[in-house]
Amino acid sequence: MSAVARLELERIRRGLAWRKRVDKVFVVLGLMVLLACLGILVFLFADLVHDGAQRFGWKFLSSFPSRRAGNAGILSAVVGTSLIMLVTVLVALPVGVAAAIYLEEYAPKNWFTAIIEINVTNLAGVPSIVYGLLALGLFVYQFGFGQSIATAGLTLALLILPIVIVATRESLRSVPRAIREAAYGLGATRWEVTKDHVLPYSTGGILTGLILGLSRAIGETAPLITIGALAFIAFLPPAPVTAQFPFLSLEWLGSEFTAMPIQIFNWVSRPDQAFQSNAAAAGAILLGMTLLMNGVAIFIRYRFRRKINW
Amino acid sequence: MQGDENHERRGAPALSIALEDRGTAHANPAKASAESLNFWYGKNQALRNINLTIPEHQVTALIGPSGCGKSTFLRCFNRMHDLQPDTRYQGAITLRPDNVNLIGPETDAIEVRMRIGMVFQKPNPFPKSVFENVAYGLRLRGIRNRTELGDRVEKALRGAAIWEEVKDRLDDSALALSGGQMQRLCIARALATEPEILLFDEPTSALDPIATAKIEELITELRKHVTVLIVTHNMQQAARVSDFTAFMYLGELVEVDATSKIFTNPAKKATEDYITGRYG
Repeated sequence: MSAVARLELERIRRGLAWRKRVDKVFVVLGLMVLLACLGILVFLFADLVHDGAQRFGWKFLSSFPSRRAGNAGILSAVVGTSLIMLVTVLVALPVGVAAAIYLEEYAPKNWFTAIIEINVTNLAGVPSIVYGLLALGLFVYQFGFGQSIATAGLTLALLILPIVIVATRESLRSVPRAIREAAYGLGATRWEVTKDHVLPYSTGGILTGLILGLSRAIGETAPLITIGALAFIAFLPPAPVTAQFPFLSLEWLGSEFTAMPIQIFNWVSRPDQAFQSNAAAAGAILLGMTLLMNGVAIFIRYRFRRKINW
Repeated sequence: MQGDENHERRGAPALSIALEDRGTAHANPAKASAESLNFWYGKNQALRNINLTIPEHQVTALIGPSGCGKSTFLRCFNRMHDLQPDTRYQGAITLRPDNVNLIGPETDAIEVRMRIGMVFQKPNPFPKSVFENVAYGLRLRGIRNRTELGDRVEKALRGAAIWEEVKDRLDDSALALSGGQMQRLCIARALATEPEILLFDEPTSALDPIATAKIEELITELRKHVTVLIVTHNMQQAARVSDFTAFMYLGELVEVDATSKIFTNPAKKATEDYITGRYG
């Protein structure tokens, strides 16, 4: 090896050592940032659990709110939140999926569609309080739904609609063109291609998007306050299932309600220290519900990914 | 160059006569013929005045360099271009014996696709069971009877020479099959509805040599029951499977003749240059 070549090799080696060091620095930096983010979440959760520690238990879950902190529970809030989420799913899923199918599969590519697309994305950025104002004017007063579970569910459905639409579109788009061509090639209509193939194959992504939307909706406080959620509800809405024919009742839709974030907000704003513990305990439970929903989303995605790999 | 040739090639009857005169291969009666076919993607003309007769129950291969329009031409036969906005056909592709113009605006594209089957470049089975893949075309025709579905699925799978391999796993996912099996499954899927013409768009370009050999054998077998039009990038493949070969270049049909003639003694310089590997 000539002297020049050896010198060149020396230079390469020195440079390589430096470049590898830069690589390592980034790994450490990235890991630190990541741990900081996770740490904050863990700390928050631990703090809530610690503050609310003495309140956890069946009694807390099964009691109505009370003037005395020790007797107060979150029964009406949990039931209220669950029913609101039910309405939200029943509205946001069909409407969101239908809108996404239209935009992705049917809409002609022109300026009108482009404007709709841009505005759907914009809707995702509208502050939630604005949805509350809209719902107050439209659902509460105009339609006369009152301060009910139906109003709350519809409001939150509007709120997460853009999330559902965007996630569904992504999911529909990920179905390869080859699969669509295969179905069209056999003489399927656009609707048959959508219903028999595109939609079933993108279920995982759609459900994931829906659940991510719901875990945002479950914590929303501002729009619920705006439409007039009550903080003190010492009764449950009428049961959806009844003993008499036709066994299903929609009366609960018109019932007044409270929800987890409203209950937490109410307790936090009280001076009594004991109520702060209640708020912390309820906060931990709400956070737990959210994490659980995200867990379900991950599970669904995993299940569907495993079955379908393009 | 184009002007003269187009005149020479115009009209299907002239071509058939020419073939018989040469006596190199016998052309069956026409199953379909393209007549003065032009095609545009937007303002970009992709096919120029194509005239070609597809003989019934024989294999016609389309060869030519990338971008010559052979796949575009193939996809005219089942109106695949209708799925893309801003595409335009002109001329006619007449299907015999009922003389339907496949690309005519009065002809329903979905009806065309139900009569003309297609097998694609990459195996594209649905992520459903083997059975459901083959049954889908039948279900689209409203066939619900389990026995009839079962019989016709079996017949199609046998026709695609894959029945023995999948008869015990009809309910397994089609995605668990090997690449070659998937492609034969796709052929079975297209065969199930008994198409009048079967289009192959480079069906072996994603397969290994052994799987390719099986597909080629299958194609030569298939012509007993169905008219085949195949696009291939592989000239040996065209030589092996086809009765007639059409060479396309820059959106035009340069030459069409019996396969043995094209590969031994082509009439046009451009064809000779291509098959001897001077470009493409």
